[in-house]
Amino acid sequence: MQTELFINGRVHRLEADARTTLLDALRHHLGLTGTKKGCDHGQCGACTVLVDGRRVNACLTLACMCDGSEITTIEGIGEPGALSPLQSAFIAHDGFQCGYCTPGQICSATAMMDEIAAGWPSHATGDLNAPVTTSAEEIRERMSGNLCRCACYPNIVDAILEVQG
Amino acid sequence: MTRHRKIDHPDDDNRLDSMAQGVLGKPVDRLEGPLKVSGLATYAAEARPSGMVHGVLVRATITKGRVTAIDRQAALALPGVLAVITDPRMVRYSAQGMADKGPKAGPQTVDYHGQPIALVVAEGFEQARHAANALHIAYEEEPAPVDPDAVTPEMPQAKQKAQGDLDAAMRDAAFGIDSTYTTPTLMAAAMEPHAAIAEWDGDNVTVRAALQMLASDRKQLADALGIELERVRLLAPYVGGGFGSKLGIAPEAVAAAIAAKELGVPVSVALTRMQEFDITHRRSESRQRVLLAAGADGVLTGIGHEVLVSNLPDSPFSEPVTQATPFTYQAAHRRIVHRIARVHRSCAGSVRAPGEAIGVTVFEAAMDELAEAVGIDPVELRLRNIPDREPGTGRPYSVNRLGDCLREGAHRFGWSQRRAPRERREGEWFIGMGVAAAVRVNMLIESRARVTLTEDGAKVETDMTDIGTGTYTILRQIAAEMLGLPVDAVEVHLGDTDFPPAAGSGGSFGAASSGTSVYLACEDLRTRIAERMGCAEAELRLQDGRASFRNDTRELRDLLAGEVLVAEGHVEPGDAEKQARQATWGAHFAEVAVSRYTGEVRVRRMLGVFACGRILNEKTARSQCLGGMTFGIGMALTEAVEHDPRSGHIVNRDLAAYHLPSHADVPAQDVIFLPDRDGFAGPMQAKGIGELGICGAGGAVLNAIYNARGVRVRDLPATPDKVMP
Amino acid sequence: MREFQYSRASSVSDAVASGATFIAGGTNLLDLMKHEIMSPGRVVDISRLDLDRIEAEGEGLRIGALVRNSDLAADLRVRRDYPVLSRALLAGASGQLRNMATTGGNLLQRTRCPYFYDTATPCNKRDPGTGCSAIGGVSRMNAVLGVSDACIAAHPSDMAVAMMVLDAVVEVEGPAGTRRIPIGAFYRLPGDTPHIETVLEPGDLITAVLLPAPKPGEHRYRKVRDRASYAFALVSVAAVVRMDGDVIGDAALAFGGLAPMPWRVPAAEAALRGQQPSAALFDRAADLALEGAKPQEGNAFKLPLTRRTLAVTLAEACGLEDMQ
Repeated sequence: MQTELFINGRVHRLEADARTTLLDALRHHLGLTGTKKGCDHGQCGACTVLVDGRRVNACLTLACMCDGSEITTIEGIGEPGALSPLQSAFIAHDGFQCGYCTPGQICSATAMMDEIAAGWPSHATGDLNAPVTTSAEEIRERMSGNLCRCACYPNIVDAILEVQG
Repeated sequence: MTRHRKIDHPDDDNRLDSMAQGVLGKPVDRLEGPLKVSGLATYAAEARPSGMVHGVLVRATITKGRVTAIDRQAALALPGVLAVITDPRMVRYSAQGMADKGPKAGPQTVDYHGQPIALVVAEGFEQARHAANALHIAYEEEPAPVDPDAVTPEMPQAKQKAQGDLDAAMRDAAFGIDSTYTTPTLMAAAMEPHAAIAEWDGDNVTVRAALQMLASDRKQLADALGIELERVRLLAPYVGGGFGSKLGIAPEAVAAAIAAKELGVPVSVALTRMQEFDITHRRSESRQRVLLAAGADGVLTGIGHEVLVSNLPDSPFSEPVTQATPFTYQAAHRRIVHRIARVHRSCAGSVRAPGEAIGVTVFEAAMDELAEAVGIDPVELRLRNIPDREPGTGRPYSVNRLGDCLREGAHRFGWSQRRAPRERREGEWFIGMGVAAAVRVNMLIESRARVTLTEDGAKVETDMTDIGTGTYTILRQIAAEMLGLPVDAVEVHLGDTDFPPAAGSGGSFGAASSGTSVYLACEDLRTRIAERMGCAEAELRLQDGRASFRNDTRELRDLLAGEVLVAEGHVEPGDAEKQARQATWGAHFAEVAVSRYTGEVRVRRMLGVFACGRILNEKTARSQCLGGMTFGIGMALTEAVEHDPRSGHIVNRDLAAYHLPSHADVPAQDVIFLPDRDGFAGPMQAKGIGELGICGAGGAVLNAIYNARGVRVRDLPATPDKVMP
Repeated sequence: MREFQYSRASSVSDAVASGATFIAGGTNLLDLMKHEIMSPGRVVDISRLDLDRIEAEGEGLRIGALVRNSDLAADLRVRRDYPVLSRALLAGASGQLRNMATTGGNLLQRTRCPYFYDTATPCNKRDPGTGCSAIGGVSRMNAVLGVSDACIAAHPSDMAVAMMVLDAVVEVEGPAGTRRIPIGAFYRLPGDTPHIETVLEPGDLITAVLLPAPKPGEHRYRKVRDRASYAFALVSVAAVVRMDGDVIGDAALAFGGLAPMPWRVPAAEAALRGQQPSAALFDRAADLALEGAKPQEGNAFKLPLTRRTLAVTLAEACGLEDMQ
């Protein structure tokens, strides 16, 4: 079936099996392999992309359900020579080793910072009715949907803290 | 030109310390960092050769027996399906690391539940996935043991060791510990699932795959396919983690190559996460009995470590749980017992620090029990038992920094603040501290690399891999240091068997082995530059693209005069590794909070102090240690495969049910490297680092739980149900 | 995943008339479809229906069925008046999944029993009549209450546990019109038919969840799991406790991870009312809550763990400082 996707500011017309997930559409059909498949079942976060500004697991999203949606993948966050501040911070703090979970971590963190700015609470938030503040503990909880087996967690938190301030 | 060196003698020249560029050891950012953070580093499944089709492996749903029929017609009738492949060359599980031959073939004979038995190929991934699911298979089933405790284990003579009379030492001891621990099956669970894309050009096949050790993987794949080595090319420029799971070729690579040949188009086969659990090597569960006999002063008189691990009947691998036990602590009376239960769980193999990861962890927990029994500080207990020479053999240690690591760590961690169990409380939470030694054997493996020097800079080429270990960056730094170039002037190309064969990434030997091959190649280039400068290599100073000898300084560019210099470095292990006990050393410290109600454990902070020879890149080395320490958190608290008691299959076969530590499980962690050089390790005096961080780390966490709550968990992991009583 | 016909519903009535399987967040359905545990022939996308608002209704709130978990958890009224719901939502899944999962879908989340998930093994819930592999198998994540010989699957939702203590009402649009079902009557125990999990009929579409007037008192949600985040509950407790001087004026309790549905025990609540909080009282409530439990060897720990989790949750809710 036909789907129109707005990815990283460009229109893509996808002609694919209805079963195609957004993740497989990106990786198999559109050549955007920066979005990773770690589990294909919403259990690792490697496929995190932004759909209409929100972080989601692309593996549990049907591409056809995204018709008309604006999608940002890691390729749209920044590229060598024009990296986002967070991407640069990941390099400086060594927020990755093998790099496989990294696009998901960065997409997730990018949206997560917006969630904090919007005042969304988390499991780590002490008072649900007080303004949300940024802390290492808040970041750890909010980023827990992105597993990293190389376990660069402390470096990732440092990178996010540097950018989030 | 090849510069070859066999490491027959310790090399304490520390030449790298006198190089001028000053980049080695520095926290240089990863070479490939910009590609990884922007999604442009392409992993195994991410090539898109034209005409590529998708294959999905089909698993056996019996534990042992034979496939009697496969309904291929029904599968082939489904939309898009191109083939159902059951070639007898397809393999049942992964090859063990560094094997010369392919793993056991013949997928129609089933050795374990979940074994791949067929490959379904279709034009689209979605079509292949469904057809694989729908494939109807008939079996003839045989009974098979799956419980390691319910079979009579093997006791290979060569793996048993005894010295003195441990039983007498236990009888006579002022203090004795006789404790049995169990650790569950654990998985490497690298974030990138195994994948392979195979493409033939005539009789030559190129396989892009997720592999750690290309030189031996190439042999295994050629053997599995029944073709000559030269006809196989492997590519693995970026590998999404390995931790042992990608040491040897796995079923998807063989299946992809066979299917691609049969269909005449490139075939991509990726394991699903569930298949990753079903098919790839597991770290064997273990039952470990630790016996410790000590005098009133805590000085050990006897050490026993008796283990039971498991594997499939024919597998040569058995988890070397006691690997570090013979040389970590002194005692006159010693006994190692190694039993192997032959069961039809999936194949066991190397997972990050095979042996020490679980062996040191458990042994260090038992040491904590002894400290408690004797009534002395756990750090002090360890310090009292560090041997002068390797027990049993009497060999010297190349270096032994265990004591330094313990003392430095205790100081930095604030160990003196530690209280008796249950004495420190913050509301609901008991707070405790734990310590454990870290020990891991050190190895050097034959490795080659080519370095090309031109007017524009240098290029390093080797089939070495970077699986997150920082290889790209450290090889760049070594070449830059040796050749006096800014790091940006050095390119590094890895992961292609067209390049000289390297040690590969495994056993913590990658950096030192592959690094030394680059060092040697550069040494050769330095010799040739020195000739042009009219001096000896040792007198040559190279820095920022200039060569100097006394007050003669010339641009490298002018010395080369357009010529391209190529050198190959080739290192082999030699007698040096027999002359001394080589190991890497460390100490882990952990502080945990334990809920007095629910038994939930939260690690609050962790420190690792390590001595592993010369550090090649402070930043990437630190990250590796963080990773190892976090594996330790997982081992202590969250990770456990659960085998079905009837079929042996892995029940919690996904990342929702097998709990890798998440961000929230990992607190602030500190890593300290002690300045260290080990000449026995070769001309770089550098040793392995990728595995040391896991060895013992979980022990520090378990010991901290005891210190917090007064509960000894001997059945890992320490999930709330085991900590709460 | 089997092939299916995909279409997008233009209205609630359009969706209901379709008789198809509905997809909204997709976090559970697509997961199950990939495994071919669920294989609908027709899938109707309801994600763009106008059911994504949280509105005041009477003294309570009307939560559209398509309100995402993250929006519901962050809603200022929910945070202020129904904090147990925010807490439960935030204790579940991950930031990404909460951005996708919907209120209606979460109520219908299916079990995480590993045998339900493994199509190579018998499962009465997945394939009625084939048997239950969890009995005599690995049962760590399975239920101890409300189970049957046919099924010991546990309900995995956190949100639904909070909805239980809040006396939520599920609004359903079906072929026969609109119904309002109290959440206490929404789920069905497995008995001999574990594949039937709720009272919904074919074609029924959840359109909203209605919360009655806020319950005064302390709202708590305590979840114990095998890692610090992003894991299903071993045991969870939702509690709303109102103190009346130094005695408990009112209490509502519900448990997650223990039963085939979010588990509420009126007898335990009654035992708390009018009593001074104490460890002994909480223990008594736990006795009542766990009455009739049928644990397996692999999940018997849930009984003491529930007892302890309930005790610490109630102690906090009652402001009991130290409890030996």
